[in-house]
Amino acid sequence: MAKLKSPTELEALRQTIISQRDPRKIVVTICNGTGCHAHGCVAVTDAFRREVKKQKLTDKVDIRATGCHGFCERGPLVVIKPEDILYQRVRVKDVPEILTETIGKGSTIERLLYTDRESGSKLAHENDVPFYKLQKRLVFGNNGAIDPTSIEDYLAVGGYAALVKALKMKPEVIIDEVKKSGLRGRGGGGFPTGNKWESTRNARGDTRYIICNADEGDPGAYMDRSLVEGNPHSVLEGMIIGAYAIGSSEGYIYIRNEYPLAVQHVRKAIEQAKAYGLLGKNILGSGYDFDIHINRGGGAFICGESTALMASLEGRVGEPRAKYIHTSEQGLWGKPTNLNNAETWANVPIIINNGADWYGKIGTKNSKGTKIFSLVGNIVNTGLVEVPMGITLRKIVFDLGGGIPKNRKFKAVQTGGPSGGVIPESLLDLPVDFDELTKAGSMMGSGGMIVMDDKTCMVEIARYFVSFLEGESCGKCLPCREGLQQMRDILTRITEGKGKMSDVDLLEELSAVLQDAALCALGQQAPNPVMSTLKHFRDEYVAHIKEKKCPAGVCKIGDSKEK
Amino acid sequence: MVKLTINGRKIQAEEGTTILYAARDNNIFIPTLCENEAVSPYGACRLCLVQIKTARGRERLVTSCIYLVEEGLTVETNTERIRKIRGVLLELLLARCPDSEVIQEMAAKEGITITRFYKRKGNNKCILCANCARTCEEVVGVSAISLANRGVDRELTTPFGDDFSEACIGCGSCAYSCPTGAITLIDRGSKRTIKWPHNRMEFKLQKCSVCGNYWAPEKQIAYIAKTSGTKLSEYVACPDCRD
Repeated sequence: MAKLKSPTELEALRQTIISQRDPRKIVVTICNGTGCHAHGCVAVTDAFRREVKKQKLTDKVDIRATGCHGFCERGPLVVIKPEDILYQRVRVKDVPEILTETIGKGSTIERLLYTDRESGSKLAHENDVPFYKLQKRLVFGNNGAIDPTSIEDYLAVGGYAALVKALKMKPEVIIDEVKKSGLRGRGGGGFPTGNKWESTRNARGDTRYIICNADEGDPGAYMDRSLVEGNPHSVLEGMIIGAYAIGSSEGYIYIRNEYPLAVQHVRKAIEQAKAYGLLGKNILGSGYDFDIHINRGGGAFICGESTALMASLEGRVGEPRAKYIHTSEQGLWGKPTNLNNAETWANVPIIINNGADWYGKIGTKNSKGTKIFSLVGNIVNTGLVEVPMGITLRKIVFDLGGGIPKNRKFKAVQTGGPSGGVIPESLLDLPVDFDELTKAGSMMGSGGMIVMDDKTCMVEIARYFVSFLEGESCGKCLPCREGLQQMRDILTRITEGKGKMSDVDLLEELSAVLQDAALCALGQQAPNPVMSTLKHFRDEYVAHIKEKKCPAGVCKIGDSKEK
Repeated sequence: MVKLTINGRKIQAEEGTTILYAARDNNIFIPTLCENEAVSPYGACRLCLVQIKTARGRERLVTSCIYLVEEGLTVETNTERIRKIRGVLLELLLARCPDSEVIQEMAAKEGITITRFYKRKGNNKCILCANCARTCEEVVGVSAISLANRGVDRELTTPFGDDFSEACIGCGSCAYSCPTGAITLIDRGSKRTIKWPHNRMEFKLQKCSVCGNYWAPEKQIAYIAKTSGTKLSEYVACPDCRD
């Protein structure tokens, strides 16, 4: 690997890589995301590699371990390119047959194909499956196509072309482009990315930092994990472009240590980018220097909050501070700092490559582009979906998600993670964007969606999320630390059938105080699960309190157990 | 100077002053527990929340111990919304520290005598404002005590929770800065005892060579001599008996 000294050399390298690859050659891609790891994809991948040699097919077939394809419910997933034949729940014993039948004879194996739930017919191609068909995979698209540990794979699909383009642009022009695109922060805040970049660029001082927040911690959410694991270079490329626009020469990726594969892949990606001269001194001969360090988080949920994250990066206790002075002015080590979420960074190359006008056509008026959601809970198709902003919740849950298993009824979907809120069936036609979800009493958050069926007790759900947040509260400010404890206590009493109607009033009063008085967003948004369940499912609270009954049959209340 | 309005009164304050200090300088009372002039602002107790309207017309609630005065700012310290929040915060404090006279008095001032929340058992008077630990770190410079654990498990303690902190010089600044009397300091004869909510330590006091009174912990004197570059022999007499 020699350092590339100019954009021309990069393009020449790209052409060499592409010319060495026969587009007609069969590539068996096997999802090696964490979900498929749990399903045994490593053994399947090894079996393919062994069997290809055994059947002497090495000249005819490439085996590629890729990032997460998203359809985790049906893993291990195997997609045979260029035809895109999707085999699901592939076991080691299926491997020889796939090679002899599908690769050798060109016939598909019925039992490994996806069965359409409505028609009952077998669907052979990835894009025929409703789960994929309705997605718009801008950010996530290459996850299934490339080996995340190979920079050559990323280059072959057009990687770092946006960087080349950006280096020819003036920093201000890049910022304008990002502003014009309407990109908003994907980590939950939804703040306009371009404006944040501009404030950091214009802040006083010589040293500026940029940070990639990959400290995802919402229960049931793993979008950033799969993105960083599956396509680390897309995040790096976004960061390099952002740093150039902002005028920063040093960046950090703050990533959960509980994501070992992501840490491993991003570390490798940084090494490869450095070796090619895409990171480090004099990037592509432009005279611009930029370096990225990895910082592994210690597992505290609160460290996903920007000021707590920066405190932790500095080696202090991860506790937030008041943000009356923005981090874009005084952030990491008191210097102007721009922090964006991993998914936000990965959107940047797409905007630069295609232009703000193109990007602005996707999504709704105030929420542009796509969003990756992790669809979990009582849902047929558990997995990750990338959809354009503005799609309805109903489409996500029923068309992509395949609805509720075991013929149960849909009850609610929790969006926005533990500090989001529940959305009932009556609001399912809500277009999903930053503002609409907030209006409904929930939020976009980082993109977790937990679907609940009619066997779910909403009081218990509120209790669960509050107790999660209680455990993750840093304890610095009084309302969050003491308030969540009391809130969990009251909710526990209600689920045990020991609640009073005055408890409901107290919950509402306490919620309002947390929203107003807590120091950071964790505390301010912590009452959302309580407020939203009270708003949409108040009758369940009343049933627990007055009738001593849990309508969903979840809470074990003394006398209802006796019956 | 910056011109602003607090509770309808037009006042002036130096740039860089917090709303809380500007109010205090003008005899406008804002309750607070975790504020201490000696250390940097922290904003943990939230009792000093005030309602502001900026010159541009943006309204919000802010902690007055952190938010700096700005030209044209309008501040209200006692609106119904503020009083409601303050009331619930005090109820939470009463539940956490039912035995603290300071909190009872403060709550009574706001008309609150009972709490609707579950009262903590095995209570100590500590509200976890970190005044002690912040003073120990920022003012004394020894970091002998600190807050350990997260969230509801947060507690003030010595390293490893022992009844001993090697770094502690026994100066008692923690007890002095504690707003609720959760930390006590007792000098009896040649012995000083500092009691924190979960730990305690004893210190030997030095006797004045002139008057014979015990005047400061030996460890503190050694620390002062070391940090100021003076000789230990300069501290044989107490400050009252020195020339």
